[in-house]
Amino acid sequence: MANTQTKSLFTADLVVPAIKASFLKLDPRELVRNPVMFVTAAVAALMTVLLVVGHDDLGLGFKLQLAVWLWLTVLFGTFAEALAEGRGKAQAASLRATKAELTAKRLRGADRDYDDVPASQLKVGDIVLVETGDLIPSDGDVVAGVASVNEAAITGESAPVIREAGGDRSAVTAGTRVISDEVRVKVTVEPGHGFLDRMIALVEGAERQKTPNEVALTILLVGLTIIFLIAVGTIPGFASYAGGSIPVAMLAALLVTLIPTTIAALLSAIGIAGMDRLVRFNVLAKSGRAVEAAGDVDVLLLDKTGTITIGDRQASEFRAVGGASEAELAEAALLASLADETPEGRSVVVLARDRFDLQRSMPRGCEVIPFTAQTRVSGLRFDGTLIQKGAVDSILRANPGSGETAAATELRRITDEIARAGGTPLAVAKDGRLLGAIFLKDVVKAGIRERFGELRTMGIRTVMITGDNPLTAAAIAAEAGVDDFLAQATPEDKLALIRKEQAGGKLVAMCGDGTNDAPALAQADVGVAMNTGTQAAREAGNMVDLDSDPTKLIEVVGLGKQLLMTRGALTTFSVANDVAKYFAIIPAMFVVLYPGLDVLNVMRLATPQSAILSAIIFNAVIIPLLVPLALKGVAYRPMGAGALLARNLAVYGLGGLVAPFVGIKIIDLVVGGIGLA
Amino acid sequence: MTLQGWFLILAFIGLLLALTKPVGLWLHALYEGRRTPLHRVLGPVERGFYRLSGIDPAAEQGWRRYALHMLLFNVVLMAFTYAVLRLQGVLPGNPQRLAGLSPHLAFNTAISFATNTNWQSYGGESTMSNLSQMLGLAIHNFLSAATGIALAFALFRGFARAEAKTVGNFWADVTRVTLYLLLPLCIVYTLFLIASGVPQTLAATIEVDTLEGIRQVLATGPVASQEAIKMLGTNGGGFFNANSAHPFENPTALTNFVQMLSIFVVGFGLTWCFGRAVGNTRQGWAILSAMVILFLAGVTVTYWQEAAGNPVLHHLGVAGGNMEGKEVRFGIAASSLFAVVTTAASCGAVNAMHDSFTALGGMIPLFNMQLGEVVIGGVGAGIYGFLLFAILAVFVAGLMVGRTPEYVGKKIEAREVKLAVLAIAVLPLMILGLTALSSVAAQGLAGPLNKGPHGFSEILYAFTSAVGNNGSAFAGLTASTPWYDGLLGVAMWAGRFFVIVPMLAIAGSLAAKKHTPESAGSFPTTGGLWVGLLVGIILILGGLTFLPSLALGPIADHLAMIRGQLS
Repeated sequence: MANTQTKSLFTADLVVPAIKASFLKLDPRELVRNPVMFVTAAVAALMTVLLVVGHDDLGLGFKLQLAVWLWLTVLFGTFAEALAEGRGKAQAASLRATKAELTAKRLRGADRDYDDVPASQLKVGDIVLVETGDLIPSDGDVVAGVASVNEAAITGESAPVIREAGGDRSAVTAGTRVISDEVRVKVTVEPGHGFLDRMIALVEGAERQKTPNEVALTILLVGLTIIFLIAVGTIPGFASYAGGSIPVAMLAALLVTLIPTTIAALLSAIGIAGMDRLVRFNVLAKSGRAVEAAGDVDVLLLDKTGTITIGDRQASEFRAVGGASEAELAEAALLASLADETPEGRSVVVLARDRFDLQRSMPRGCEVIPFTAQTRVSGLRFDGTLIQKGAVDSILRANPGSGETAAATELRRITDEIARAGGTPLAVAKDGRLLGAIFLKDVVKAGIRERFGELRTMGIRTVMITGDNPLTAAAIAAEAGVDDFLAQATPEDKLALIRKEQAGGKLVAMCGDGTNDAPALAQADVGVAMNTGTQAAREAGNMVDLDSDPTKLIEVVGLGKQLLMTRGALTTFSVANDVAKYFAIIPAMFVVLYPGLDVLNVMRLATPQSAILSAIIFNAVIIPLLVPLALKGVAYRPMGAGALLARNLAVYGLGGLVAPFVGIKIIDLVVGGIGLA
Repeated sequence: MTLQGWFLILAFIGLLLALTKPVGLWLHALYEGRRTPLHRVLGPVERGFYRLSGIDPAAEQGWRRYALHMLLFNVVLMAFTYAVLRLQGVLPGNPQRLAGLSPHLAFNTAISFATNTNWQSYGGESTMSNLSQMLGLAIHNFLSAATGIALAFALFRGFARAEAKTVGNFWADVTRVTLYLLLPLCIVYTLFLIASGVPQTLAATIEVDTLEGIRQVLATGPVASQEAIKMLGTNGGGFFNANSAHPFENPTALTNFVQMLSIFVVGFGLTWCFGRAVGNTRQGWAILSAMVILFLAGVTVTYWQEAAGNPVLHHLGVAGGNMEGKEVRFGIAASSLFAVVTTAASCGAVNAMHDSFTALGGMIPLFNMQLGEVVIGGVGAGIYGFLLFAILAVFVAGLMVGRTPEYVGKKIEAREVKLAVLAIAVLPLMILGLTALSSVAAQGLAGPLNKGPHGFSEILYAFTSAVGNNGSAFAGLTASTPWYDGLLGVAMWAGRFFVIVPMLAIAGSLAAKKHTPESAGSFPTTGGLWVGLLVGIILILGGLTFLPSLALGPIADHLAMIRGQLS
């Protein structure tokens, strides 16, 4: 799948199949899933029959136009849905091609003997061998070996990732390719239920189920339809009292314009497009329910590293102790870091250069002391000088006796200060003498503070999760502007925190990758698992981020909100439209009974027939006009609910009131101008 | 329109706003079952009731049980009233020796009073004995009002409680409301009315010598006590046929003002009580603001139309506003205000004949009722009806803030939407359905006095009044026929209980939900935006449904009038 590519909505390869599909969707069995459109289709069918058998004063041409526009109303609705689905179908086709060619080397035993079998015959628990160049046949866990895997087929990211047995990087996905080495994979899912299958179903919208909000909205739309059926159905009785009768064609037109066809026609397209936006964003939601829940989230649990701070700490200060000068410390630190290729080591070199203009290259004949897990100290030995760098405790341990000096006391004080400021201290010693500490700072990502500010105005609380001690955590939390933090967090702490928030009625979102994150991911209302994570984590979450970027959690919330807002905006628009339609049709309908009622014709539409035709045309064409909005979603900027409501009410509420007055008037002028009625 | 007229209207609203919190506080004490100062005196009476009937007031009921007990209570009371009215001729307390009522009239009247409608297909003084008035009817005046308030309490609890299975105890709610609110207020109110000249006697008639020297027989009876609860409980069933236009029911300008106040006062207080119950009184004020805006808009139109008068009469040299069908004692402003108050509040008492209002002046009372009696509304019924609209408003617009819609901390989901739509759809179904039926059936067409759009308005008004449980009459419709008695009875029953049952189901469903704490991301349900939205949704959903019927009735009527035709 291509990475987030914006594709034009109306290209021929999307539109042509959609037109075809929009006719196929006229099948009553499918239409009935959308009761409002079903009613519209029934009315259109009735009008078609009346063309032949009806007897009233309305001209055949007029009735024919009405029938055509009614059918078009239905077709525009099915077209919107087909277009939304079509965008996913293209993606699904390429995924399906990948899936078709999967075969597996199923191992017979512990040796390398295997049978070639189609991937569809694999069972849970089978062990398969995947060699360089092979496609991984099924989702599973690596049980032996290390390999680099190209996951571009599902993530669109061509840089290979490492997959190895044990640990948090053991999950592999069907359809991805091993590009070096080989691994043995234990199958963890039944054929047809893997990640690839889920993706295909998802992007196709095949197993789309209505989400809770969609169900509720459909009920509301059905309710409105029933209410308007009553309102229109009783008119013949009223008219008979007034000594007249109203042609069925007019009643049909009034009914169809009043029932909320606009939102009903676009409802499923909005849902499909919302999921599609998420997919394009490289996040897979396992259900529409999860996307809606994302919009409702009250609390975001964010991992510190990678989300709030950039993963690597940076040297930001030299703090000398025991009479050593800062420059002396900087020089020693620089020398000790010359051979250190980690980002932290390089940042020391950069800082020393920037601060003291020190340029040093590796002294001739030096000996590098590499960092080991045992000593936890690295350094450089040259010309009989030994420079050491490492965690404060490790340096003190490596230099017996240094702990009792005044410098050590000072160092410990500085260490505390650095921790309190959210940093990590690295001690430096020269020939056993403590020179001071390097202040390694956790660098908060640029702009993240503003993001959290936006979230706060949206009413979302952010909680930073970190393994740091409370002192450091508090300092970083304050700098990043999160609302709260959980320090020295264990997976159990996370789970407890989620439960506590949920007990208070809040919805919680989090992301995670490790197996020990799985319970918390499952407990959270929105759990985004990193694609690089373990199979357990990916199963537990209700979304998977293919890019494994924990910052995306924030965007996912935005997408969820946008989906709900689009529905709400179009519903409001649709309901507000009714006012103008009433003012078009009621006078047209009743003017034969009471000519005085023409004063209600505030739009001054030319004739009753053109008024009705204009209303019905507006009602139909507004659907395709709103398709781009339905598919792209309403413009969304993070702001408080009050401001959002004010803005959306002005645009879609007031706009919905005014637009049809203008639209119907214009259509009436055109209809009159070209002599349609 | 005069400055005096506007002063009256604004003083009226101002006084009510001042009374809102004190009344709300009192209601809230009853809502929570707290002790009030009156408990010292009436506490033993309350406990005596419970002991006598074996009720445990602390035994909480789920919504189904609450609804069942409420329905049983009402059906039994209704059957009792039906029996009293049918047997009136053989029962005591009948000094005028009035005969028993016909089956259809007794059916209609029993439903009418049980549903807090108090539609009267009969003339009070010429049909009802004192016993029928006091036992058969007055009992409903108290208990139907208490039932309405109890039901509102149940819905409040639905919003206020979290993860609860119950919504209160129906018997305890009804007893407390009757004992600590309605009875004591009515006693004071009755004394005030007696002091103002309203009769309170068991005699049926008095004979007087008029100024012209003629002997005249005047109907009288226990009027003052009936009058008090008629207003406070938004019942509206008059002792006399002329209702509050009759000098014995409403003798002075002061009683007229107090009567209007008493129609609204409990409804105003309930909005505050709701806010307090859900933990934020601003929620209550927001609802009240929307109601008051709709109310003032209505008053403005009616007062303006009535003051402008009828151009046809102006042509004939009759200057000034429309005084047809109005009491000279009250005049145009007080009559217009009264008409809008009584229809906004589902009371139905009248001090002028709405049939004689100008077409648009009379359309407002009609429209008030078609909105579902939610502009203040009947005691209890007004606010629970309004909350149904609030649920729909939150749902329609709430999605626009990008969250699952919430109202006062409760998520509004499929179940609530379904039930709210069900309850609200009862209005158009019954009003429009039965009006259409009566517009085509011969028995229906026999009813209206006038022809043309005005006659249509008469039928429409009758069914609207019945379904809205208002009970005011447009007059002009001969309603005491089997057709109208029967259909109006059905309309009143449906308008009350077909709304109540889904409403209680919502209460139950909400009570079971978690409470979602409010945040900056929550849909704001207190500010001006929300108030505007509520007004808009009520006008669009409630109003548009009825536009065709209004166009063929009062609007066509009005257009004929300004074009110089007397309909």
